[in-house]
Amino acid sequence: MSRERHTPSNLPEGVGIGFKAEHFDDLLAQKPDLAFIEIHAENYMAAGGPAHRRLERLRAEFALSVHGVGLSIGGAGPLDAKHLERLATLCERYQPESFSEHLAWSSHDTAFLNDLLPLPYTEATLALICEHIDVVQTRLRRQMLLENPSTYVAFAESTLEETQFLREIVSRTGCGLLLDVNNVFVSATNHGLDPRAYLADFPMEAVGEIHLGGHDEDELPDGAPLLIDAHGSPVADPVWTLYAEVAAVAGRAPTLIEWDNDVPDFAVLMAEAERARAVLQGRRASGGRHVDAA
Amino acid sequence: MSMPHEDTHDGQAAFARALFGETPPAGLAPYPPEIARARFAIYRNNVASSLIKALETRFPVIERLVGEAFFKGVAHAFIKGHPPRSPVLMEYGDAFPDFLAAFPPAQSLPYLADVARIEYARGEAYRAEDAEPVPPAALAGFAEADPDTLCISLHPSLRLVASDHPAFSIWRMNQPGATPQRITAPQPETALVARPHDGVITLSLPAGEAAFIAALRQDPHFARAAETAFARDPAFEPGYALGRAVSLGLVTALDISHDNEALSGDQP
Repeated sequence: MSRERHTPSNLPEGVGIGFKAEHFDDLLAQKPDLAFIEIHAENYMAAGGPAHRRLERLRAEFALSVHGVGLSIGGAGPLDAKHLERLATLCERYQPESFSEHLAWSSHDTAFLNDLLPLPYTEATLALICEHIDVVQTRLRRQMLLENPSTYVAFAESTLEETQFLREIVSRTGCGLLLDVNNVFVSATNHGLDPRAYLADFPMEAVGEIHLGGHDEDELPDGAPLLIDAHGSPVADPVWTLYAEVAAVAGRAPTLIEWDNDVPDFAVLMAEAERARAVLQGRRASGGRHVDAA
Repeated sequence: MSMPHEDTHDGQAAFARALFGETPPAGLAPYPPEIARARFAIYRNNVASSLIKALETRFPVIERLVGEAFFKGVAHAFIKGHPPRSPVLMEYGDAFPDFLAAFPPAQSLPYLADVARIEYARGEAYRAEDAEPVPPAALAGFAEADPDTLCISLHPSLRLVASDHPAFSIWRMNQPGATPQRITAPQPETALVARPHDGVITLSLPAGEAAFIAALRQDPHFARAAETAFARDPAFEPGYALGRAVSLGLVTALDISHDNEALSGDQP
């Protein structure tokens, strides 16, 4: 491993939004005070076309986070070399402040399944993930951030807690973490765990970005709640409460509002961003500690 | 030699199979069976609904033609046998037209596959490499040129969809806001799809012009393409066809070729 060559993930502090084409005109007309915008990498892998022209215009105005949803870092097979090259081309072209991906798998053999699928947390899967993160960071010559997942099942063979697993990945690969607070709440609820215990054990010093999104509520046949990470609604109140607690202790807290489905009016999205900004201002006022991710 | 991550691979293979099957995979935490089913169903639904949605986005006219319920059925059958081969989901669905052509319940709609080809071509054109079309005035500079030496470069986004059916007319009549009408004398049609600037254009070409553009895609020589088009349609007018191609933004370069093999005449 040659971490010293990796450019650290370095999003500016503040609040960003997930970019949706519907909001392009509003973004350019209003030039709101956003710390960054985030895109899904796979939506910008065309050879040409209007999507690239929009992104070039936005890149000139805002810091950029490239968030991958298809690399399948947790996949048992070798990483998709072609896809890694596409990511390298994208990062080369737009020079984002940060690149992130998920603790999940989404491809098997030659099939791409288009969902963030769960994996057991064992020594074997830990070694697998670390190998893949090394390959990614070496090729992109950047530190990447890894996001904690929303999960709906647990595995019998798991021997490590998710927080232990993430801590070990950080220490072995030098990657940073993207802490999705909604995912923490969703997974804790789904597995009957305490989200505060999870957060107390989370390696906060490695956090380079925070995600906030909405979830849907469902119910299991026994009446227990089952939450679904749907990104189609406002951030839920208990997630805002956890976020304020996280913001007070996280090393860095560039915060993204994610709203990918049933995309709202720009003003609604900006109101969510404003709410996050108020929380971050509270963090500064109360002297929340600041530790550089690098 | 065993694969380094064989156990993980086998576990994921079982999980992936179960996404398209009836029962949850082995290896989950010891949930009661109905709880395991309900939990695993979230993944199964995410995979199926997101891939079906990707096809709906790519093939809205097909959905309009067959109805939402039929579309979901055929899309579900398709994703099972033809899951995406790449995480770049905008490319998904290239095999869908052929699948429709062979799908037994769709046999009464023989034009369906070609309409789907038009829709897929529109997606390809949208994301194709960029290139600047020559301005219409550029043709004036070639008014005196020997047609035998003139070469035409077409826009990289250009696609042709030739159909034995009136696929283009069906596609156009099923755009949002349009009212489908009975086609009384169905004719074969060739659709041209391109994205010369930011917008995708879709139009129908007469037989001669379609042969002309198809020939130019293989070989940039204007005179040879005109000959091919004449053979198809004796009334073909090459000057008009070229003017129209330029005015639509389909031409990215006009050149005089000094490579004259198989052509008469010499250029200094």
